[in-house]
Amino acid sequence: MIRLNNIVATYTTVRGQVDAVDGVDLTIPGGKIVGVAGESGCGKTTLLKVIYGDLIYPLALRQGSVEYELEGVVHTVDTRNGRQVATSIKDYWFKYISYIPQGSMSSLNPVVRIRHQFVDFLDPEHRTDDVIDGIREYVKSLDLPPEVVDAYPHQLSGGMRQRIMVAMATFFKPDIILADEPTTALDVVVQKGILQLLMEIQAQMKNTIIIVSHDMGVHYQIADKMLIMYAAKAVEFGDSEDVFKAALHPYTKMLIESLPTIGDDRMRRGIAGRPPSLWEDLRGCRFAPRCPLATELCLAQEPELIEHKPGHWVACHYAGKTHQ
Amino acid sequence: MNTILKTTNLNKVYRLGGLLNRIRINALDDVNLTIESDEPVIISIVGESGSGKTTLAKVILRLVKPTSGSALVYDRLIAGKGEEPSNREFFKTVQPIFQNPFEAFSSYRTVDTYLLGTAVRVANLSKTEAVDAVSEALSLVGLEYRDVRGKYPNQFSGGELQRVSVARALIPDPKIIVADEPVSMIDASMRMNVINLFLSLKEEFQRSFLYITHDLATAYYISDYIGVMYRGCIVEFGDARTILADPLHPYTQLLLDSIPDIGRKWEKKKIALADIEAKEFQFEGCRFYNRCPHSSDRCRLERPPAKRMPDGRDVYCHLSWLSPKF
Amino acid sequence: MKMNLRLKIGLVILAIFVLGSFILPFFMEVDPSRQGSYPKNLPPSLEHPLGTNSLGQSIFWFLVIAVRNSLLLGVSVSCVTTLTAGITGLLAGYVGGWLDRVLTALMDTFIAMPAFPILIVLSVLVRGNTSFLMVGVILVFFGWPWSARTVRSMALSIREREFISMARFSGASTLQIVFQEVFPYVYALLVVAFIDAVLWVTTTEAALAVIGLSKVEIPTLGSIIFWALSYNALFIGQYMWVVAPVVATAILFLGIFLTSTGYNQMYATRRGHDV
Repeated sequence: MIRLNNIVATYTTVRGQVDAVDGVDLTIPGGKIVGVAGESGCGKTTLLKVIYGDLIYPLALRQGSVEYELEGVVHTVDTRNGRQVATSIKDYWFKYISYIPQGSMSSLNPVVRIRHQFVDFLDPEHRTDDVIDGIREYVKSLDLPPEVVDAYPHQLSGGMRQRIMVAMATFFKPDIILADEPTTALDVVVQKGILQLLMEIQAQMKNTIIIVSHDMGVHYQIADKMLIMYAAKAVEFGDSEDVFKAALHPYTKMLIESLPTIGDDRMRRGIAGRPPSLWEDLRGCRFAPRCPLATELCLAQEPELIEHKPGHWVACHYAGKTHQ
Repeated sequence: MNTILKTTNLNKVYRLGGLLNRIRINALDDVNLTIESDEPVIISIVGESGSGKTTLAKVILRLVKPTSGSALVYDRLIAGKGEEPSNREFFKTVQPIFQNPFEAFSSYRTVDTYLLGTAVRVANLSKTEAVDAVSEALSLVGLEYRDVRGKYPNQFSGGELQRVSVARALIPDPKIIVADEPVSMIDASMRMNVINLFLSLKEEFQRSFLYITHDLATAYYISDYIGVMYRGCIVEFGDARTILADPLHPYTQLLLDSIPDIGRKWEKKKIALADIEAKEFQFEGCRFYNRCPHSSDRCRLERPPAKRMPDGRDVYCHLSWLSPKF
Repeated sequence: MKMNLRLKIGLVILAIFVLGSFILPFFMEVDPSRQGSYPKNLPPSLEHPLGTNSLGQSIFWFLVIAVRNSLLLGVSVSCVTTLTAGITGLLAGYVGGWLDRVLTALMDTFIAMPAFPILIVLSVLVRGNTSFLMVGVILVFFGWPWSARTVRSMALSIREREFISMARFSGASTLQIVFQEVFPYVYALLVVAFIDAVLWVTTTEAALAVIGLSKVEIPTLGSIIFWALSYNALFIGQYMWVVAPVVATAILFLGIFLTSTGYNQMYATRRGHDV
């Protein structure tokens, strides 16, 4: 279980400071695949970094904290001892909590064979040969050809490299896996393979996977729970079935309805306008300028994320309404 | 009947590697397409990376010369031996929309200079006429001239900038607009604005589109015709709804099966991993041979020719596994 | 026009040098190159702000004229070399084909030639009987190829970008594309090339002057050092004679550098970055 306590994460840039995540407060249950959806600039990647504890300049956790339990020890990532806590989290990276960053298939060292890249982050006490055998076993168990362990990254296709990244991230059977757009830039057939791989791993290890993607189709296929973000805020959170069948927030609803599906000939509409710039002074609901249900109340007062139905949270004054 | 698009044995070969280790990549391998219609149409070419769809777009846009073969657009020979129209004429017939709207404009210039430039130089309008033409084009895409005047590309969102791109492409009154992945870099909520725009431009303003994409769902939504490409070859071509509702070629079936669709969860079937790409370009027979669940020896040795099906589509498959039916 | 700090400082420095070296001469009492105008080797004082040298010249006034001459030479030569480099680099890179081959061959030839030894040989042959103009022309010949190559590489890479295709579909001719689309990306390179050229010209002229192979009768920053060294300024403790031109060159260069980078920065912020 991961507890997000009112997180405000800020980037410091030449133009000033901007809150990429602005007050996200909720509890993510363990042992499930959680999808985080939203468009560019909504804060989903930053949220992942905060959970992972990857808080280096220019990113900082200005307020709030993250709490989770790993191996019986409760960790907190917060501002009081921001740097210190981040350092102790590092001991747990890859072993208990793992992060697959965006575009990570390009993160492999091009001049080092795959097997040595696995070995990179191990304790020096382990014997390298034993570990490499272990790696081969693991790679085989994931239905990947065992020869890839001896190859150089450039000899493998993008899809294969991404599978290797997933293998590296899950080798130590971590309790939490964070994946940021793991299948963007990959072909749709390869994408299915990787998503199925992740689902299998989760089914076996029963750990928590948090997956960030802008593709709602991906979330429909693999997420148990869904978190929708908009302009640095969390606007909806609940079981993915509930969210897809009966979204409560107008943004979620309009987003899902805008996506064409094969076999369905209905007219689809995009959402007019664009997300607000986080540099502006934002008051009230951030989606209000684009929302067909918006009223004076929406422009004046920011809605809280409340449990509208059991297990289904939404931040909207008119949650569930379809028209005014 | 106008010949909207016709390619005949279109080939594009790239040679990679050094002196000793040359590989031939047939980015386009004997591509034959014919679309004839009196009405404007939207033709989608779908495929994954390495399929050749982008190369096809580049040949049609004359950004790349084919190694052999020819291409016709609206009855004019635009590529291949004896290609006619001069660039001036060509730009009045074919116009592009590129994938990344922020790359399509120079960050040192305001976007309206491109619009005005097109009006004056391609559409041959006077300076005053040009301003009117630009306003009109912008209103067709839902923008006002005063919102665009004097602004640099980074002052727009991706969706807006792409619409400016569309407006620019409309100014010379082209017969066909070639859009290469026009919405893949735009946020999901704004994507349909651009896609619906294409549809209305076809229906109300009689423009044809060649829509290159890897997104089958949007292709289904707007296309009249769809061509599926794999490793430089067309594998299936015909009426969009027919093909997507009932795909015949095993690769089309695999594609449709792999899309993360909303409303239909995946089955637990495992998929065949793709081999390293360059090898597949070298196959003698069908390129899809080693991933196809129905392949036979004939598939390995013989390139499948186009088979015209009763419903009007072309399938490039030996279809031996369907022989009882056909 | 909101100028940033860098630009302001740069312009101030340049203003001092340019105005100083062009206006101050009106207040000169004597021709600074005339020897024996004043008592020799005087230390800095109110009357002689930098003192006098072993030739009885006022170091300060000599420096003023020297800066003026060096600036004239540096700027005029650099203008020509940068212009040549820009045009040849752009055409070679963007147009390609036989034009590229010819121009690249030219560039490579001049780069391969060892400039300095040839300059020495030329200077010896001419034996100081050359005009200042000749010195400038020779420097132009050797100065243009380096930046031309950089410009060409940049043009080559820009050529492949999508907005170039866009420009073509907007009906732009090749020349229009080269100067409207490609040039802005190359502009920054040219500014740097210009600064490099000014510095190169000044130091090369100085180096030649120090060996006595330029027209040392003309006061330039280089020839001051020549005369200072000939008269063993360092040995006799006349540090000011050498230090003054060196410091002046350093500050002058700083001024040019700050101005150009400051301008570039300001231009970047204006280009629609404050949404």
